[in-house]
Amino acid sequence: MEIPPLTNGFELVYKKPRTLTETPMHYCPGCGHGVVHRVLMEVVDEMGIQDKTIGVAPVGCSVFAYDYMNVDMQEAAHGRASAAATGIKRVLPDRFVFSYQGDGDLAAIGTAETIHVVNRGENILMLFINNAVYGMTGGQMAPTTLLGMKTTTSPFGRESGLAGHPLKITNLLAQLPGAYYVTRQAVHTAAAVRKLKKAIQLGFQYQSLKKGTCFIEVVSNCPSGWKMTPTDSNKWLEENMLPMYPLGDLKTPARSMN
Amino acid sequence: MSTNDEISEVRIMKGNEALAEAAFRAGMQAYFGYPITPQSEVIEYLMKEQPKHDCVVLQAESEVAAINMVFGAAGAGARVMISSSSPGISLMMEGISYMTSAELPCLIVNVQRGGPGLGTIQPSQGDYFQATKGGGHGDYRLIVLAPASVQEMADFVFEGFRLSEKYRNPAMILADGALGQMMEKLTLPPAGSLPYVDKPWATTGKPAGKDRRIITSLFIQPEKMEQVNLHLQEKYRQIQAEEVRFEEYGVEDADIVLVAFGLVARICQKTMQLARKKGLRVGILRPITLFPFPSQRIAELAPKLEAIVTVEMNAGQMLEDVRLAVEGRCPVHFKGRMGGMIPSPDEVLEAVEAIAEKRNFELSR
Repeated sequence: MEIPPLTNGFELVYKKPRTLTETPMHYCPGCGHGVVHRVLMEVVDEMGIQDKTIGVAPVGCSVFAYDYMNVDMQEAAHGRASAAATGIKRVLPDRFVFSYQGDGDLAAIGTAETIHVVNRGENILMLFINNAVYGMTGGQMAPTTLLGMKTTTSPFGRESGLAGHPLKITNLLAQLPGAYYVTRQAVHTAAAVRKLKKAIQLGFQYQSLKKGTCFIEVVSNCPSGWKMTPTDSNKWLEENMLPMYPLGDLKTPARSMN
Repeated sequence: MSTNDEISEVRIMKGNEALAEAAFRAGMQAYFGYPITPQSEVIEYLMKEQPKHDCVVLQAESEVAAINMVFGAAGAGARVMISSSSPGISLMMEGISYMTSAELPCLIVNVQRGGPGLGTIQPSQGDYFQATKGGGHGDYRLIVLAPASVQEMADFVFEGFRLSEKYRNPAMILADGALGQMMEKLTLPPAGSLPYVDKPWATTGKPAGKDRRIITSLFIQPEKMEQVNLHLQEKYRQIQAEEVRFEEYGVEDADIVLVAFGLVARICQKTMQLARKKGLRVGILRPITLFPFPSQRIAELAPKLEAIVTVEMNAGQMLEDVRLAVEGRCPVHFKGRMGGMIPSPDEVLEAVEAIAEKRNFELSR
């Protein structure tokens, strides 16, 4: 599509990558998913790998990711995105394969697949969006829900005696020899988005080395599920989520040489 | 023994191993599985022989993971097989339902053992309902082939792949523990005799200038989901019309026809011999495809018969399909064993004699 030089009398200086489709996203205002989709597809576009990339969407809020991402995609069963991605990558080892999952999908129902995919060191990029609730089904408690945090299935706040503790699955995965690059990023500020993009670039670049799984957790917000305005949710994220899920690299290739 | 898989070859093999070797020869490109008795020889054989072939063989962490790996690999266009035994197949039901909706071809092998529950490792046909009526959620069907010999354990791999790719629907080989474990002479089909088909729908990376491919079983608008269902039902009708397979022995002059599939059909062959020696005109109808079921043939035979006896290693599952086909045109009896027990030719004969003499007999002991 030809981009007109002027839009409503203004010069277009920031446009969507051609790896995103024209479909309007269904995400709630202020949700981090749209930003992650965009950054992910920017990287695919800039690396020129649209024709070599296959994505796997999860069950959860990003179940329709394939409506927005203009690459070949599969929609997996709940929790099984990384298993489906394994199947794809094993038969098409020269393609770039990523899975995209939320916290309930990746760290509750799909925990076994998550751990074993990383333990086998499948050469894929796993994106893990952690917003501490089940967004799609209406804000129920997730494995990553903070202690004391109210959700529709922890109406008095998560209590460890009943519901256990927030699961830091990324820390767990970083211990596995099959993990090549493990990092925790966020999208609540412009600076965080830029860092996430860098991490996703590495995640795709490392795939060609065939040295193991790249795993990126994105600590994100859920304004609707948290019942907050987008601005408040980002503030709450910084004050409550980040102390539990601190940002930064958990395993980098240099350190994994040890 | 040196192997040249370019030619057909006579071997003596276990059913499980014959199936595994046939899968390589049928051009299988990926296998995902998880060990379970009585079919673990499949993955063991594949792992041992894999270095000679251009094929992914991966032991998954569970049957749940394995079937979803199959989903991914089939969606990426590969010819994929998965095998397990009854409890493991139960774990795959979700993934199988998804694959029917996303119209992904693959070959699923169930070397059945006795259930329910953890059950026993001895042979059974207790998963007939699960295999032919759906098993997972939603309105779907598998193409189900029931081998009765080690030869067919190999041959049906080719047929299963072919049919699943022709219809973009998972196919299942419904065997049992005895077929998997027993050794017989067979002729292995030559490698390369099953051509690959074009899969323009496969997610192999969006070709420049063309639309992206999406493999999904999610159609959230009910109007769209209904259309998908109508399409699937039309496909199942076409399969029913074109792919029914069965075998008959001695039905021309028969008064009593035994309907049996798989291993039990072979047991019934011995019963038929014994019965004929005693002057009883007994024939056999052996459904080879369990879906599509040879209902039409059974309906044709029924009015000419004194009785039909369905013989199964379960509590009477195919029996329901036989009765639906017969629609009251002749009496339909059942003889079976359960829980890993195999009926002997003599006990089937006892049932046949009782039916011929209109006496009571023990349905299942």
